[in-house]
Amino acid sequence: MRTELATRPAESADAQPAVALTRHWRTPIMFGLFGLLALVVFGILPDGGRASTFGLSLTDDAIQLAPISVPSKLAATLLALVCLGIAAYAAWQTYLGRRVPLWLSITFGVAFVLSFLTWAVAGSEISLTSALQGTLALSVPLIFGALCGMMGERTGVINIAIEGQLLAGAFLSGVAASLVGNVWVGLIAAPLAGLAVAWVLAVFTVRYFVNQIIVGVVLNVLVIGVTNFLYSRLLSPLKDTWNSPGRFPRLKIPVLSEIPVIGPVLFHQTIIVYIMYVVVVLAHIALFRTRWGLRVRAVGEHPEAADTAGIGVNTVRFRNVLLGGALAGLGGAYFTLGAVGLFSPEMTAGAGFIALAAMIMGRWTPIGAVFAALLFGFANNLQSVLGIIGSPIPSEFMLMAPYLLTIFAVAGLVGRIRPPAFNGQPYIKS
Amino acid sequence: MKLQLRGITKRFGSLVANDRIDLTVEQGEIHCLLGENGAGKSTLMNVIYGLLQPDDGEILVDGKRITCNNPADAMAVGIGMVHQHFMLVPVFTVAENVMLGAEQTYGPGFLDVDAARHRVREISERYGFHVDPDAIVENLPVGVQQRVEIIKALVRDAHVLILDEPTAVLTPQETDELIEIMRQLKANGTSIVFITHKLREVRAIADRITVIRLGKVVGEPDVSASESELASLMVGRAVTLAVAKDPPDVGDVVVDVRGMTVVDERDHVVVDDVSFDVKSGEILAVAGVQGNGQTELTEAIMGLQQRATGSVLLHGVELLGKSVRSVLRAGVGFVPEDRRVDGLVGDFTVAENLVLDRHDEPPFASGPMLKPAVVRRSAKDRIAEFDIRAGSGATLAKTLSGGNQQKVVIARELSRPLRALVAAQPTRGLDVGSIEFVHRRLIAERDKGTAVLIVSTELDEVSALADRVLVMYRGTVVGIVPGDTDRDVLGLMMAGVPPEEAAERARQHHTLVEGLATGQDGRE
Repeated sequence: MRTELATRPAESADAQPAVALTRHWRTPIMFGLFGLLALVVFGILPDGGRASTFGLSLTDDAIQLAPISVPSKLAATLLALVCLGIAAYAAWQTYLGRRVPLWLSITFGVAFVLSFLTWAVAGSEISLTSALQGTLALSVPLIFGALCGMMGERTGVINIAIEGQLLAGAFLSGVAASLVGNVWVGLIAAPLAGLAVAWVLAVFTVRYFVNQIIVGVVLNVLVIGVTNFLYSRLLSPLKDTWNSPGRFPRLKIPVLSEIPVIGPVLFHQTIIVYIMYVVVVLAHIALFRTRWGLRVRAVGEHPEAADTAGIGVNTVRFRNVLLGGALAGLGGAYFTLGAVGLFSPEMTAGAGFIALAAMIMGRWTPIGAVFAALLFGFANNLQSVLGIIGSPIPSEFMLMAPYLLTIFAVAGLVGRIRPPAFNGQPYIKS
Repeated sequence: MKLQLRGITKRFGSLVANDRIDLTVEQGEIHCLLGENGAGKSTLMNVIYGLLQPDDGEILVDGKRITCNNPADAMAVGIGMVHQHFMLVPVFTVAENVMLGAEQTYGPGFLDVDAARHRVREISERYGFHVDPDAIVENLPVGVQQRVEIIKALVRDAHVLILDEPTAVLTPQETDELIEIMRQLKANGTSIVFITHKLREVRAIADRITVIRLGKVVGEPDVSASESELASLMVGRAVTLAVAKDPPDVGDVVVDVRGMTVVDERDHVVVDDVSFDVKSGEILAVAGVQGNGQTELTEAIMGLQQRATGSVLLHGVELLGKSVRSVLRAGVGFVPEDRRVDGLVGDFTVAENLVLDRHDEPPFASGPMLKPAVVRRSAKDRIAEFDIRAGSGATLAKTLSGGNQQKVVIARELSRPLRALVAAQPTRGLDVGSIEFVHRRLIAERDKGTAVLIVSTELDEVSALADRVLVMYRGTVVGIVPGDTDRDVLGLMMAGVPPEEAAERARQHHTLVEGLATGQDGRE
């Protein structure tokens, strides 16, 4: 009788939800504002009578698709209306107390960007395929960088030194490939360079509990300084021996590369990009489906719980920072061996910091980071594409776009963002 | 399994936390470790569990000497521990938490979540835990989270289970459930070390009692020892368990809270339309299990919560929306819940801490300049008046013991004229002597005509101090009842049962702990 009495209140406690949720109007309001902006600027204000043409094939593609041509004003207006429709739907969902689903945000983004493109290319033509190719090219280092940041932050170590690790990877891969005369040697050297930078970070932050941000910033400055020095003393004057690494050839994957539009974008790439596909998938599976991933996440979310479950918190952190460094180093190789074919000073140009933003926007998941990085890559690529066709917007403004996007992302304007609970906090046993 | 400790000694610098402690836990026995806060109970358990290494002494399991360098070693020999602050990852599911560190895998390290789910269900059914393996831990009530912790230990084949202050976060009814669980575990041959400072629980469940004071074993009283015997053994002198106080001289309404609602940063409504008043010369105690919105309520009154709506009137003047500073200036004193974080600046001296809220006004300042001599003199008086054992006013606040730190906070708040005093958990973590002192000062403040609002999760404290009791559950007011309301009724109200129904139910049944303490349990 007594236990029966005792259990009743607790059971009722299980049944009802703990607390009511308040509604968040931020997302629908943002959608609405951007939708209106699209309607007015892209749809209503421009003159009618012009057409926007989008090329769907490259000249050497096996399957040739005819370019699509649409009346600019009408298409931009329709797409803007789609945006407003999504905003209204998001508002309705919010009113019902539900969260705005991710696919809705993605659809909104695509519709807004298409509306913008239709307006921007009015009266001329761009090739969608090459625009996407440019996007991917600019995204590759971002994706590697974001994975690097994620490896650290999932265990609670903030890695601001991604930039330095990318740059170190770019530098060493170039130098190693030049000296030996083999790009593959460069590819092996790149992760080692990132690893070396990460090792310094790990020793100071994980073993000696030095402030993670400070060490990261210092490492960035250090790598920039060292590579600039070596460039001006060795790579620049002795270019033939030190800075002529060559590039990886682009490999076509049979069948897949012949898919219209996306085939040549995704499957006519260098080995580094193919490695990236594998790494992203492996990282996602490993993080959420394996013992390793469970422990990594536990260490970042509640290190003490991990410790009392017999997991060496600082060992996991140390290893993951190193792993992240190796990944960033590999990403750095893309600059020299994948894209440019030689090293130039500070060639990473802030990619490490954008990668950090991509990681946040992708909510610390590999797949999410890929989409965020692609978005940044697209915005970045757009300014060069539009510069060529002479669009109505000043190219200086387009240069700002990726950074504006970054600020929006980091400020949490694209949904609520919850980092690992113990991110940035050293684990010191008493 | 039999666990023996021989001469365990653990020092932190000059402080001896454990001094040659001997302890034997027999197979299938519930061994209560009784001691005040700071007596060294948790240190001892952390030594057994491998979180700390002893400076001297040995641990034997079934007569064999073992060394635990980390929790993994302890688990390997069958020692499990449920920590006072749960070691659960809030964003993980129950199954993920249970398997963490002892994962079953297939192929190249893939998690076998099904196996973990199965294990959780199996243990959950065997002991009647009602735990869903796929629930996210942060959404579970505290009592259920605790059962998850117990499952975690059982999955690792724990034969000795250490429960560190397990009842601190539970309602009396949840405590009963826990005691029932402990009985079942014992029946299955598990030994339990039950750490507590609550005498009732000891008497309800213990097969054997060891009392620790200042790091030393001071006695192994018989389980039939009375509560006051246990208390005096624990404290080292005779203690009065009740506080003397006169009937209140209640005046006008001083603080009037209407429709207070607070939303936290996770968008949860933590205080939901709460209304009450506190009159001059009375103590209103807010009772409830920790985390039911009491903290946020006091913070909202003080102006520390950003997203608070409703109204807080002090003698008819609205306080909500004003700065903390103006609330303090209006004559509201505040003893925050966590003295080390919100009550004191640890790296400041005691003298500086005593004038934190008045450092910029006369007599402690003139224009932009502090007057250190005045601050020092005033500190000297306060230290004498409130019996703060601090050496001098120049001592750093962080070096004081918990009780003396709290005395500094209370001295600061009570040494200016107050209309109302808000005290959140004023005696948490204090030794019995300090508790007595704080209680006396609070009652003295009431008798001066101040409206006193106290938040407490300890029913003993509520019963001792309150003229009226407001019970909170999940952010709402369950009811406001007289201060002498029966413990059982309060306990049921703390679990969300409305006052009338709680009174009715309490009349029919007595809770287990209560019943056992008076020797009425017939099932043993």
